[in-house]
Amino acid sequence: MLTTTLIAGLVLGGTYALVAMGLTIQYGIARTMNLAYGETIIAAAFGAYLIHNTLGVSPILGLVLLAPAGFAFSWIVYGLLMRPLVRRSKGGAVLEIDSILATFGLLFVIQGVMLVGFGGNYISYNYMNFGVDIFGATVAANRLLAFVLALVIGGGLYLLLTRTRWGTALRAVSVAPESAPLVGIDADRAARFGFALGGALAACGGVVVSMYQTFTASSGVIFTMKALIVVIMGGVGNLAGALSAGLILGLVETFVASYVSPGLTLAAVYLIFLAILLWRPTGLFGKARR
Amino acid sequence: MTTVTRRRALRYFGVSVAIAAASFAMPTSAQERTSIRIGYAISKTGPNSGGAGITTLPNYQLWVKDVNDAGGLELPDGSKLPIEVIEYDDRSSAEEVVRAVERLAAQDKVDFILPPWGTGFNLAVAPLFDRFGYPQLAVSAVTDKAPEFVQRWKKSYWLLGGGHDYTNALAGLLSKAAEAGEINKKVAMISVADGFGIDLVTAARPSFQEAGFEIVYDVTYPAGTTDFTPMINEATGSGADSFIAFSYPPETFAITQQAQVAKFNPKVLYLGVGTGFPAYGANNGENAEGIMSLGGIDPNNAENAAYRKRHEEVVGQAPDLWGSVVTYNSLQMLQQAIQRRGLDKEAVADELSNGTFQTVLGEVKLEDNQLRKLWFGGQWQNGQFVAVAPVDREGAAPAILPKPEWK
Repeated sequence: MLTTTLIAGLVLGGTYALVAMGLTIQYGIARTMNLAYGETIIAAAFGAYLIHNTLGVSPILGLVLLAPAGFAFSWIVYGLLMRPLVRRSKGGAVLEIDSILATFGLLFVIQGVMLVGFGGNYISYNYMNFGVDIFGATVAANRLLAFVLALVIGGGLYLLLTRTRWGTALRAVSVAPESAPLVGIDADRAARFGFALGGALAACGGVVVSMYQTFTASSGVIFTMKALIVVIMGGVGNLAGALSAGLILGLVETFVASYVSPGLTLAAVYLIFLAILLWRPTGLFGKARR
Repeated sequence: MTTVTRRRALRYFGVSVAIAAASFAMPTSAQERTSIRIGYAISKTGPNSGGAGITTLPNYQLWVKDVNDAGGLELPDGSKLPIEVIEYDDRSSAEEVVRAVERLAAQDKVDFILPPWGTGFNLAVAPLFDRFGYPQLAVSAVTDKAPEFVQRWKKSYWLLGGGHDYTNALAGLLSKAAEAGEINKKVAMISVADGFGIDLVTAARPSFQEAGFEIVYDVTYPAGTTDFTPMINEATGSGADSFIAFSYPPETFAITQQAQVAKFNPKVLYLGVGTGFPAYGANNGENAEGIMSLGGIDPNNAENAAYRKRHEEVVGQAPDLWGSVVTYNSLQMLQQAIQRRGLDKEAVADELSNGTFQTVLGEVKLEDNQLRKLWFGGQWQNGQFVAVAPVDREGAAPAILPKPEWK
């Protein structure tokens, strides 16, 4: 029973971490709080649904198409929408407020386009919905995929960011966007790349989420909210933080549902959220900024 | 005020502004009428759009098209006038739906207002319908308080029954199966902690107790829950033969998937809203077989079959198997009441209360402003969601028990 709960919790947490990692990258490197993040996830979910239902191709193969599409889309969005804001604000708190307002508008644009294109109906399809046995616990294969993907992407990007020159440059922009150009880093390009990378991660999350979760054109906000909790809890801009915060949330939800009451899962999540923020106001892995 | 009027006039009448404004100045004079104005506020966006977009809005559109293709709504003198639609999006907000209905009544001065989607929204606008004297044919509203509401709002009609009707029908079906020795007398129950789930589970507890069932697992979960593994595990260990979930569509889909993964195959699997969606049958294929839920249709009813076919052709998607046909039925009732009594709201309301109508449901007559002859329980059998409860109603198919193994 305990192992079953533990594994179910870890897998659920993996799915949370997966959808949160893109947001933490976007906020951490590009310094933009992207409220339209969930809409990018849903757009990718619709893409996966179309690929699966009309072309009959596996959604996993769809990743090959949709992840670059997410990258390209966010690349363009940053160029058109964010760069003028960055130029105008010269970084800092003004940029954060401006980016929140701008992406709030973008949220409705993307949502509106999806509503016109797909209507407001519930969308769901079955893919990889079979059980996999892990230490005696049965886990849905599609959720397991999300968990593995979260670990691979989280771990891989963490290594890239901490062990490579390119990653160091990105982190430099994240820590001190004003000083990075002094050592020859193109801060604008790095921020744009970070934002686009986050978009690609959102697309990956959307494709995997669509395999096991019912969605509508308007359900992006739910994902943004969940991702926001994970990001703030883990420490803004920190991949390892997002991963561990996601896993903690998954474990808390599953343990409370199994041993206390399923009705208290939400309350427990916010309790943990509050407790962690009281203990570490910048999040689990967050460092004091500014 | 004038600009709004003109803009609306231009948009909807498509004739010159002058003529439209003139006809607008005297909206009550029947001789100069060019149309019958029917308005509604519906959730086209926001969290309710999924439900409204399948049960309510397609039927409004289908009905308007059907009527206008046939030359319009017929009046008692035999003349026909086309329907002119005024539609607002309530964005799934209760304040917005109230505002929109008020605008329809006070500003647009429409002839009739069609109700919004959802129990809460129908209750929110009921006082307005009452104040402005519009009949309210509430369909997508399941409430046990309908007899009280009818007293409070004389022109309100409640067409989808109350929670007790559904749970009593289910308890009746389970009792019959238990007496035949097909299932034990234990049920495990989960419900969403939101309007529909609370209503149904509150009704279910006494229904099962009266039928002599023991409720061995009874928990609620917050709306938006995506992982049901813990609850399925608990239910597996509870020893109950019947598993009941009063759930919303995303959860209904999730529970179906996760029960298969966990190889959880109770003898009775009863799920909430969403089970009657055509997509549910399409997605789950053979695995849908034996799953029960609210609603259901009589596959031998030819009128219903014809309606389903036309719905699919016009809207491009099949209607759901619970509220859709009742929604279309309510519009036909309105249409026939107008045909008999004209556009006077008072007379139409009287006709709706006392008249007998020929609709897609067959012959329909309301009892105390409520539709009581309904299917309260259905089961997927051979790709169709067949009505199985109440078991004593004529035309009910026998339920397949136990539910077949997952494929």
